Amino acid sequence: MKQTTKPAPTAQINKKGRPWAAWLIIVAGSGLLVLLMMFSITRGAAAIPFFAVGDALVRFDAKNTQHLIVLDLRLPRVIASALVGAALAVAGAVMQGTTRNPLADSGLMGLNAGAGFALSICFAFFPRLGYMQLILFSFLGAALGAALVGGIASLRRGGATPMRLVLAGAAVSALLAALSQGIALYFDVAQDIMFWTTGGVAAASWEQIRIMAPWILGALLGSIALARSVSLLSLGQDVAKGLGLNTAVGNGLCFLIVLILAGASVSVVGAVGFVGLIIPHLARYFVGVDYRWVIPSSAVLGALLLVLADLGARTLNPPFETPIGALIGLIGVPCFLYLARQQRMGL
Amino acid sequence: MMTNQPQTNQTYTRKIAVRHTAVIAGCSVLLLLSFIISMNTGYTNLAPLDTLRTLFGGGTARENLILFDFRLPRIVVSILVGAGLALSGCIIQGVAKNALADPGLLGINAGAGLMVILYVLFFGTQSFLSVFTLPFLALFGAGVTAVIIYALAFKKEEGVAPLRLILTGVAVQAGISSLTTVLVVKLADTQFDFVATWQAGSIWASNWKFVLALLPWLLLLIPYVLFKARVLDVLNLGDDVAHSLGAAVERERRRLLAAAVALAAACVAVSGSISFVGLIAPHLARRLVGPRHRILLPTCALTGAVLVSAADTAARIILQPSEIPTGIMVAIIGAPYFLYLLMKSR
Repeated sequence: MKQTTKPAPTAQINKKGRPWAAWLIIVAGSGLLVLLMMFSITRGAAAIPFFAVGDALVRFDAKNTQHLIVLDLRLPRVIASALVGAALAVAGAVMQGTTRNPLADSGLMGLNAGAGFALSICFAFFPRLGYMQLILFSFLGAALGAALVGGIASLRRGGATPMRLVLAGAAVSALLAALSQGIALYFDVAQDIMFWTTGGVAAASWEQIRIMAPWILGALLGSIALARSVSLLSLGQDVAKGLGLNTAVGNGLCFLIVLILAGASVSVVGAVGFVGLIIPHLARYFVGVDYRWVIPSSAVLGALLLVLADLGARTLNPPFETPIGALIGLIGVPCFLYLARQQRMGL
Repeated sequence: MMTNQPQTNQTYTRKIAVRHTAVIAGCSVLLLLSFIISMNTGYTNLAPLDTLRTLFGGGTARENLILFDFRLPRIVVSILVGAGLALSGCIIQGVAKNALADPGLLGINAGAGLMVILYVLFFGTQSFLSVFTLPFLALFGAGVTAVIIYALAFKKEEGVAPLRLILTGVAVQAGISSLTTVLVVKLADTQFDFVATWQAGSIWASNWKFVLALLPWLLLLIPYVLFKARVLDVLNLGDDVAHSLGAAVERERRRLLAAAVALAAACVAVSGSISFVGLIAPHLARRLVGPRHRILLPTCALTGAVLVSAADTAARIILQPSEIPTGIMVAIIGAPYFLYLLMKSR
């Protein structure tokens, strides 16, 4: 069973993937996700019986502490994890597909570095900012990073090819990260920033969700609408053009989707790496290379991973939080290593 | 027409040779320039003539101390580190056939960083041994990580395929970074500052002992790597072609990777994680002289050396008397130039 030659591009597009596996993941995965979310709400520093959760949802009683914990702390947190997990995973899938680089993830587009840069400026110069303002600034920072990457990559004849995007992303990320590291060290706020960036969804609030959810949901729908274009682009720009795709528009829309998805998630949870890298690989392993299946499957798997990791973050060492990025690494690394050995990660 | 063909071919070859010589000469001049500027500047300025006088033995005790005990070792370390990291990156990009590959991808920074944090966690930053033990610990951590990655990516029938190597590297690196994060949260303030500065990449170990520790590695490995330039070219053609050209693909890959890891690990041990050089220097060099490794590797070493020594000088000058870690300066200087090239090139 040694793979010697890669199938020709046309063979890849004809190979429709495994829709049944995708449907299984989407349907069963969504069911599992709901169950996991409900279970997650009952666990944490204070255990809450299952019926109290239902109670809190149906007949809310503002004097009942358990109801308050469920509605004000746990529920927004669980919903935020699911949204962010789906967003990061889909952003990664779209990037890997359009750039044909198995290492591409949202961190590479300058988004994480831009958000980090904005945060370090806030911490160093405006230490009194409130939570919502910090979120706003980190979103602006992410947008700035992405705009820099996109602008620099497309500033020449021929526009932004995927490889240029990735290279520009790496350089801009390095630059912004260096600047923020410098600011952090000079103004002695490195530790504060680290606690923010590893904090995960711990402080998610309804207000945050109200602001972010429409963007994330809209972009998720958009990515599903664009899935066919991503499939074509994953065969290479020339092939995509030859098959009748307007690649400039396709690339641009995909970039926009990634910006919204990753920017929104980074501003909520900080730089949670690895989700956008690993989940699309996992999804492709199960459903094949057709992005009409890869993208929705990634969304479900990403949400599952983040809800699970958040559950771990709360329950491993209560009442202290374990950094969620670390947990994702520990959950994800073994799966990823297994996949890498199987070499069924074709893009 | 027919007789014209070989001639144009010849002029073309000559043109290329002239261009390559010009690039190498230009880089050498830049390196020399940054060397001279770096000798003169710092917390106390030495005038160029004074520097020259001191260099040839006529300096006062104070001038001697500044130049020979503080500046020169640091300059030499920065040049060696730059060359070493750049070469390491060039080899890894060649072997992995991925433009984004760099030494960090083989877990060198992560492994070294984990060891440093473990050390700081258990022994603190005050222990006087730390200056001498840290580089060796970092080297050890990086080496073990690299072996783990290689072992995990290895398969009996096909050896270490480039893509699998990269993916395994990414995964192991992420795993180690997670562990590092968990540990970092437990650090006390002063310990955290030390680790943060180390991770930002600072050439903190600038005395002759470290030059002596680094030099043998580079003297051994750089000639070896240059000698293997052709092999890298052949590997770039793909496994199948390389096989049919008679290369023992897996054995060569293993040797080249080992050389790259040893180079990078030695450098990281001395300088903290200066991560950007290994990624960017090969790209710069490739834009200057093209993809053939016989000319690419030396150019790359020079570019890296210029980059790090210039950045280190800048790190000492800006914001005196406090210092920016060199790794940060490398990115601040290197990234805009890289982006400029990216915008300009076809």
